[in-house]
Amino acid sequence: MRAELKNYQHEQYYFKIRLAFAAIFVVTLFSVLAVRFFYLQISHYDHYQTLAENNRISLVPIVPNRGLILDRNGVVLAHNFFVYTLEITPAKVKDMEATIAALSQLVEVSSLDRKRFKKFREQSHSFESVPIRTHLNEVEAAKFAVNHYRFPGVEIKSRLFRHYPLGKLGAHMVGYIGRINDKDLISLEKSGGLSNYKGSDHIGKSGVEQYYESHLHGTTGFQQVEIDADGHAVRVLSSTPPVPGDNLILSADSKLQAIAEEAFGDYRGALVAINPKTGEVLSYVSQPTFDPNLFVDGIDVENWKLLNESIDKPLVNRPLRGIYPPGSTFKPFVALAGLEEGKREPPFAIQDAGYFTLPNSAHRYRDWKVGGHGVVDMQRAITISCDTFFYGLAMELGIDKLTSFVRHFGFGRKSGIDIHGEIEGLLPTPEWKMRRFKQKWYPGETVITGIGQGYTLVTPLQLAQATAILANGGVAIQPRIVTQIQKAITGERQIIPPVVQDKVILNAANIAIVKQGMIDVTLPGGTAASVGANAGYSIAAKTGTAQVIGIKQNEKYNESTMNERHLDHALFIAYAPAEDPTIAIAIIVENGRHGGSTAGPIARKVMDYYLLGKMPLVAVAPNPIDSATNHLVEEVQHD
Amino acid sequence: MISRLLGRLFKHIDSFLMATLFFTLIVGLFVLYSASGQSFARVNAQLVNILVALSLMWVAANVSPNQLERAALPLFGLGVLLLIGVALFGEVSHGARRWLNLGITTIQPSEIMRIAMPMMLAWFFAKKEGTPTTMDFCVGGLILLIPVGLIMKQPDLGTALLISASGFYIIFLAGLNWRIILGAVVGLGALMPIFWSMLHDYQRKRIEILLDPTQDPLGAGYHTIQAVIALGSGGAVGKGWLEGTQAQLDFLPERTTDFIFAVFGEEFGFLGNILLLGLFSLIIMRGLVIASQAQSTFARLLAGSITLTFFTYAFVNIGMVSGILPVVGVPLPLISYGGTSMVSLCISFGILMSIQTHKKLVAT
Repeated sequence: MRAELKNYQHEQYYFKIRLAFAAIFVVTLFSVLAVRFFYLQISHYDHYQTLAENNRISLVPIVPNRGLILDRNGVVLAHNFFVYTLEITPAKVKDMEATIAALSQLVEVSSLDRKRFKKFREQSHSFESVPIRTHLNEVEAAKFAVNHYRFPGVEIKSRLFRHYPLGKLGAHMVGYIGRINDKDLISLEKSGGLSNYKGSDHIGKSGVEQYYESHLHGTTGFQQVEIDADGHAVRVLSSTPPVPGDNLILSADSKLQAIAEEAFGDYRGALVAINPKTGEVLSYVSQPTFDPNLFVDGIDVENWKLLNESIDKPLVNRPLRGIYPPGSTFKPFVALAGLEEGKREPPFAIQDAGYFTLPNSAHRYRDWKVGGHGVVDMQRAITISCDTFFYGLAMELGIDKLTSFVRHFGFGRKSGIDIHGEIEGLLPTPEWKMRRFKQKWYPGETVITGIGQGYTLVTPLQLAQATAILANGGVAIQPRIVTQIQKAITGERQIIPPVVQDKVILNAANIAIVKQGMIDVTLPGGTAASVGANAGYSIAAKTGTAQVIGIKQNEKYNESTMNERHLDHALFIAYAPAEDPTIAIAIIVENGRHGGSTAGPIARKVMDYYLLGKMPLVAVAPNPIDSATNHLVEEVQHD
Repeated sequence: MISRLLGRLFKHIDSFLMATLFFTLIVGLFVLYSASGQSFARVNAQLVNILVALSLMWVAANVSPNQLERAALPLFGLGVLLLIGVALFGEVSHGARRWLNLGITTIQPSEIMRIAMPMMLAWFFAKKEGTPTTMDFCVGGLILLIPVGLIMKQPDLGTALLISASGFYIIFLAGLNWRIILGAVVGLGALMPIFWSMLHDYQRKRIEILLDPTQDPLGAGYHTIQAVIALGSGGAVGKGWLEGTQAQLDFLPERTTDFIFAVFGEEFGFLGNILLLGLFSLIIMRGLVIASQAQSTFARLLAGSITLTFFTYAFVNIGMVSGILPVVGVPLPLISYGGTSMVSLCISFGILMSIQTHKKLVAT
């Protein structure tokens, strides 16, 4: 015991000696650091101070060319060009007001330029250069170059600007880029992409410009340059070239797009055309539209107010974010549900008196035709859009079966199109109503769901996709705007293959009934007979109207006395050629009243051009192919 | 009532150590804000790292030294197994194989070794009852070399050096004969050419450039040259917070991680640097006091090694940034951005606190 204790004290004694050595070791090495600091920061301060001020070597990022966006025939929808900009680095300027005043003697600086400069300056660090003027012409650039010595901290830079040569055409599909803001910075930092944006000012903000940002941007290069005392580059020491962004090739055809947009005239609304076999989006219209070129340079307050506060809502991407009741265009899908669920065996027919009532209720669910249609079977119910037939069918199906069946056609879920911001629409169920309103589901709500009224809401894209799935016999292919991605340097193309999302097994005889009903819609006696007249190919279609305001039980809907914006929305879905469909369309014309008369003709113009290459009788926009061609892109096969 | 609850909650937290750590972490957040180009996102992410690290420190402080001693061997064994796993199945990132994918999460087993190595050696020498023989030191050396060899192979020179240091400190404090230490220094000097030939090309280049940074001012020497310019131009009192031109103008590479000290030195100058060294010295001093008062061989060896390893971190990083040591990937402790090193550091401080606060009252 005693020896152990002694041993313990002995050990502790030696340990403390070692610890003392360690402490001396720490103090010595920290002293070495302190001496080093003294050497660098006190005795050689002047030397390093000079070095820092004239830091001889600087790393300059080289921003890559952003990828081009082309239509399926190689027509340029978005490209870049160089412009001279006059830029100020706030940290290097002592008297900003005086500098800008002196600059405006040399080159024109408008009040708009000043406002924009102020806005950008607040958003950036004082060491970053901020443009005071863009798009300098050569005379202005030369004038400034001669006087450059008078303006320390002011520089001429050559920057790439994005330009959309076709302006408003397809703006909601192509999208636009804008200056990188704080939100963009945070998401870039999170994704780890921030270092690639050194020197970049712009980022995709909407449409495919946003969705394919990582492809379009490219990889930033770097140049190591020697700098003189004034901060001007004297000599390039080494450089890593940037890799330009990939080009995107869309499935849309700009000529078809122009025809479709023109066909809307002054109406508001949306159109989506899809190739049901491939999912290619052939046309994507949101009317009214806007000029994306306004956003590239930072939109000014006046134009922003004009666009943002307009009651026509030109900035809303209607195909993706506009929600409308599907109205009668919902009926073919309800019909198929009834056939597939065995609720309506083919010879079944009703005697339509013009209204439907629930048992033990006096409430009349009216047909659009006063007095009714007489004897109506399934096929005819679609052709003449008989409401009474579908009221009863929906009731017998029940809301759960109805919604779970039509969900296969893409209703109530996102289509997965390559543009961000899509909304889901709404397929109502009793559970949904309980969650949303804390109320139970009433049978009457099932009845009106049968004709696409009530809570059901769809986007034009969903309606087009549902039509495409129907045309394709139940196979859902993800809609795609971009079909090919092309490497800018090698020209090598990566083709994005169609993605099958869902496949609902349908009885061929049932599909045949619904399809025939839809073909008859465009034949004499159908609700859109005029649309099919002299077409030269067969069209399967369905018209629809959706109420904007409710009509009371004993009130009459009178178009002539109503506010234009309270008129019904006109809907139209179609696919053609009916035997072997290559195009499926959904159209919504806001306050367009009747699907057959306002929306139908638009569809006809689009299909005539797509299927027959026929131009509409009225001249449309000038041929875009003449104004812009691109040599990188070979001819794309039209299928 | 509440004060008693708080008292129990912080029973195992050493207030002096905690205060100095806390102050250093706050300084670090300010430097990080400047170094990241005034990014709140970066500062927030670091705050999360700190919160996680401090919670784990609290856990470590509540584990008694006896429990740690029992855990030493299993933890070390696990660490070695994982390192072998990395060598065989590890994921390659940035040309180095350091990560192991366990299905649920990826881990860097060399980080476990930072704590397991000193624990293992302290456990080993504690079993020798304070009178280790030369043979024991040879076995200790072997325990040290196996994991270090595996880590060097990854390759991760910085971590290998720090883990060797942490093991060497235990061996030194356990009473390794001075003659052997001298012999080892001479022997290592003689082995330098062999060591040199084992290094990877980029590691060799770093050392060559340290000797003469101007031979490659744009490539590997760029880091050092720019960092030294940043420090030197800071002068006596610095350019002021957020005013460092080298840092704000992107001249400095990796300025939120390994080179953050250059930002600090540029903005706070000689005075700031000395104060930071002072702050680090206070932490080290407290650690040495804890080691000298520790009651078991295991506890005192471990406390001594943890403290001296912390010092080594700081010295190697600052030495590297100020151009007197080669560029090895070692962050500045408590200041550099990053979660992994923050966590392993705080756990080791938790162990120090545990050693200090689990003492039994005994007459001496």
